[in-house]
Amino acid sequence: MDNAAHRLTGLLPAVCFPFLAQLPDTFWMPSQASTTAREVDVVFYLIYWISVVFFALIVGLMTWFVVRYRRRRPHDAAQPAPAHSTSLEITWTAIPVIVSVLLFIVGFKSYMNMVTPPRGAYEIAVTGQKWNWLFTYPNGHISNELHVPVDRPVLLTMTSEDVIHSLWIPAFRVKMDVVPGRYNRTWFEAHTPGTYPLLCTEYCGVGHADMLTTVTVHPSGRFDTWLEAASNLFDTLPPAEAGALLARRLGCVACHSVDGAGGIGPSFVDLYGSTVATRDGKQLLADENYIRRSIVDPMAELVAGYDPVMPTYAGRIKDQEITGIIAYLKSLSRHAGGDAELETAAPAEPGVPTEVR
Amino acid sequence: MNTGAATIADRSNGAAGRPHGENYLNCASGWRSWLFTLDHKRIGVMYLAAILFSFFLGGIFALLVRTELISPGHTIMDADSYNRAFTLHGAIMTFLFIIPGIPAALGNFVLPLLLGAKDVALPRLNLASFHIYAIGAVMAVAAILLGGVDTGWTFYTPYSTTTSGQVVMVTLAVFVLGFSSIFTGINFIVTIHKMRPAGMGWFRMPLMLWALYATAIIQVLATPVLAITVLLLVAERVLGIGVFDPALGGDPVLFQHFFWFYSHPAVYIMILPAMGVISELISTHSRKTIFGYRAIAYSSIAIAVFSFLVWGHHMFVSGQSPLATVIFSALTFSVSIPSAVKVFNWLATMYKGAIKLETPMVYALSFIFLFGIGGLTGLFLATLATDVHLHDSYFVVAHFHYTMMGGVVIAFLAGIFHWWPKMFGRLFSQKWGNIGAVLVFAGFNLTFFSQFVMGSKGMPRRYYSYPPEFEIYHQLSTYGSYLLAVGLFVAAGVLLHSLLAGRRAPANPWGSATLEWQAASPPSHHNFDGPVILTDPYDYSGLVWDAEEQGFVRTAHEEVVR
Amino acid sequence: MASVAANPRYEGKHHLAHHFDTRRQQFDSHKLAMWLFLVTEVLMFGGLFCAYTIYRASHPEIFLFAHTLLDKNLGAVNTIVLLFSSFTMAWAVRAAMLGERRRLSALLAITLLCGFGFLGIKAVEYNHKWQHGFLWGQHFAYAELQDYLAGHGTDAATGPAPDPAADAHAAAVMAELDLAAAVTVAHGHDPALIPRNVHIFFGIYFVMTGLHGIHVLAGMIVIGWLLRRSLRGDFGTRNYTAVDLGGLYWHLVDLIWIFLFPLLYLIH
Repeated sequence: MDNAAHRLTGLLPAVCFPFLAQLPDTFWMPSQASTTAREVDVVFYLIYWISVVFFALIVGLMTWFVVRYRRRRPHDAAQPAPAHSTSLEITWTAIPVIVSVLLFIVGFKSYMNMVTPPRGAYEIAVTGQKWNWLFTYPNGHISNELHVPVDRPVLLTMTSEDVIHSLWIPAFRVKMDVVPGRYNRTWFEAHTPGTYPLLCTEYCGVGHADMLTTVTVHPSGRFDTWLEAASNLFDTLPPAEAGALLARRLGCVACHSVDGAGGIGPSFVDLYGSTVATRDGKQLLADENYIRRSIVDPMAELVAGYDPVMPTYAGRIKDQEITGIIAYLKSLSRHAGGDAELETAAPAEPGVPTEVR
Repeated sequence: MNTGAATIADRSNGAAGRPHGENYLNCASGWRSWLFTLDHKRIGVMYLAAILFSFFLGGIFALLVRTELISPGHTIMDADSYNRAFTLHGAIMTFLFIIPGIPAALGNFVLPLLLGAKDVALPRLNLASFHIYAIGAVMAVAAILLGGVDTGWTFYTPYSTTTSGQVVMVTLAVFVLGFSSIFTGINFIVTIHKMRPAGMGWFRMPLMLWALYATAIIQVLATPVLAITVLLLVAERVLGIGVFDPALGGDPVLFQHFFWFYSHPAVYIMILPAMGVISELISTHSRKTIFGYRAIAYSSIAIAVFSFLVWGHHMFVSGQSPLATVIFSALTFSVSIPSAVKVFNWLATMYKGAIKLETPMVYALSFIFLFGIGGLTGLFLATLATDVHLHDSYFVVAHFHYTMMGGVVIAFLAGIFHWWPKMFGRLFSQKWGNIGAVLVFAGFNLTFFSQFVMGSKGMPRRYYSYPPEFEIYHQLSTYGSYLLAVGLFVAAGVLLHSLLAGRRAPANPWGSATLEWQAASPPSHHNFDGPVILTDPYDYSGLVWDAEEQGFVRTAHEEVVR
Repeated sequence: MASVAANPRYEGKHHLAHHFDTRRQQFDSHKLAMWLFLVTEVLMFGGLFCAYTIYRASHPEIFLFAHTLLDKNLGAVNTIVLLFSSFTMAWAVRAAMLGERRRLSALLAITLLCGFGFLGIKAVEYNHKWQHGFLWGQHFAYAELQDYLAGHGTDAATGPAPDPAADAHAAAVMAELDLAAAVTVAHGHDPALIPRNVHIFFGIYFVMTGLHGIHVLAGMIVIGWLLRRSLRGDFGTRNYTAVDLGGLYWHLVDLIWIFLFPLLYLIH
């Protein structure tokens, strides 16, 4: 496309529809909440007005002819008129061709923007299943409603567990099928904070109409706060279960087995409440404080027979999370609970190893 | 088209020996004389009855669907019943009603008459086509009685391969119905190629024949692909061959490509004959030569060709490659052009005509209005940016009802009213016919225009329930559908009344110049009793009103030069 | 010729239908209809050829591997059988045109026998696949495939014969697992030897050859009907349309096989 034409097609909507700057809910369209929405609406109203003009022309002429050339008596004949006109045929072929080409180009330009996600977009994985949505954020948090930051491109990578679904956010004017066995992508940049409907729009069975949820656009800076709060497992889970999730998410179980098998580090099974021999010959009771120290400073009391390869988690893990992991280890240990010796043990001073008596 | 009147002498059977008043309807009696007839007119009438019954059945399901949607949540049925209802509405209307509608019912009746012939080229194949249609219809009804299906009429995999219900029975019914459609198509092509009378060159054929020819080409070329698609679907469901099953490494979107490779051309199987009907009607009821004959004829063929190149526009958001999407968008626009050309030529035909608002013409004008909206809203869906938003919403539902119902069904009704006097020899009440047409028009717009608005505002299709903000649109739509039903019942009542108490129809009540109006109303078993005079199909100068006959008669050979 | 004309059945069978003007018009109409029907057949198989092309383009390794499990020799014999039957059918049409009734009947009988031969050989092939569990989609027996390859060595040019001990272990493991996992194990065991989703090939193979087989059967019914009419003396120089059209159909059935054979059996 040469420059002049490029300018023309770019300019045309702006000239025709200067009022389209920011539209709330209109007769035809839901409110605009993404950068795509405005672009789509410009195209929509361009086609709309072209259609209105053509339709008015067709129906207007038809009505006029019916009124003007109404047959009064049954034997009235038509007035003489040509039966064909090459120039007319060419004209009314050419005009639709021009309109079609124009609309194709306009639609094509916006479409290419819609299918080309910008670099550095915030990625959220989407899973459709009968009949709900799962949104997985980069930190591993999973929610049933979509939450996104304002003014930041968001890329959805989508797949389905069962049949074909389709994700539609009318306020953003985006839609993409969610197909089992493949990943489809779509992206958007929301510009107005608020909560909007998100729907399944590919028929998927009895619960199809229930497969709707919301997308919440968080105001500037508030998304991270939300994600942090939402991904806090301790609000929703018992400590041991939260600890189990964390142990997987943080990668603990890659080295510490949870079935008693050997590994790079000591197995988690029956660890809590047992006595461990450190490399420097000490015998320590693996209680809450020992586990805590092993997480924040693994090299201090390394268990004999294992390589010093564990990184420190200091600064990467919160106290509440350590408590959760301890609760998880307790749940894996037969020494926990009824062990009288542990219960009677004097509370240790922080930072001082507890010697086995 | 330079023409002189010519007689096709050898087509004449001679009126001698035929008892007065004998026609194809009463020349033989007993159910066998109907069910095993080889007469294209009787087959056409049987098709008409069967197709109208299917329309009634599909309409019942439509009203159930609309009634359920009058309020959010449970109104008269649960979600599962609703899904079955809209699936059956779609499947019955598509495969049992609209696809065979105009070609098999009206086409069968008028095609040989338009050619001045005694029958279609292959009468046995024609009868086989009807019998196969009946078998397919029985299978479809049996599937409904055995519990129905909930896949949607599009049978998308993997939903259709995993859901319960009579999917196999229904898809096999579709397979069988496909054969019926193919046989009709083959018959029409052969008949138009081989049975044209001497002197009727390709460009002296009535435009209805061009339309039926283009339709037949699509039927023959596209339907086999549907056949293999549903066979693969059945194999997938029964045997688990894995071709469409993502769990076995298959591709579910491949099914969509196969399905739409047929089903997109299929919408032109529906609309092309409708356009043919409208071309005949606009010219006849304006008493004026069709404007741009060649443009209309060529545009039929152009639509048939383009129809095979645009199936991918059903998959703009399926995840097919953006390149394919862009190409399909460009090709889709190409279909709009021949359609627009037809509309402009119809308007130009009316210019300076002598327009009479007889019932068929009222329907034809209604067609131009509604098809205009249907066609123009297609632009929103062909344009990529807007289609992403509108795809699978009520906007699409409204669009295809404006083209399929507002276009095809209205043209079908126009055609029935136009050829009714020829088929049954009775005139109907123009006044009540027009009242019915106006009710249908008003009810239709109320039903479907509100669906455009709710669609673009965010209402997805095939939803059992919906957020409360859409309730007002759904209520308007439902009330509209009731009005539409009333209009259709009025139309049916007008026609039935004419059979019982209608005035006897003259041979040519509308003053049409095509050959079927030279036969008696209704025609005799062999169609034409006297010599058939071959004239320009759109030259009305030789036809004059005869007050005694209450119809048009041909004056003695006037010199006709155009 | 005189004997033909004297046959009362023959006289009754070559009439001109009332709606045709000439016999030529009637013959041309029937022939055009048959050609159109053949077009629909080609398009129906065209859908399958499309599916074949798409999967072969996206998974060439499946086709390269799986075709070695088919028996090229039986396929080739069947090709020859069908080609020969096409020849006898064409000759039969010629005989019908010339009014050689005894020759016509003999040639139709040979063609029919060839059809039986084709289906018989096909049955042998199907039975072999069935025995070894080389079936479509979910019914494909990956464990049996391991045994088969271990037992027969391999004519798959893609890899060395597998170690029998490892195979026995793999087979044992796979027998306990479901299909998806079995594919993964097979894949992990020797990726060069067994690609993922071999069952896709057999899904396509059985649909294509099965549908073709149904067409062969339909063609044989037509030929049987022609043979009966021929023995009855229905055909002659002025009435051979049915033989001509039946022949066209039979040639199409052959033609489809001519495409199926290299596409399924001879992959490089």
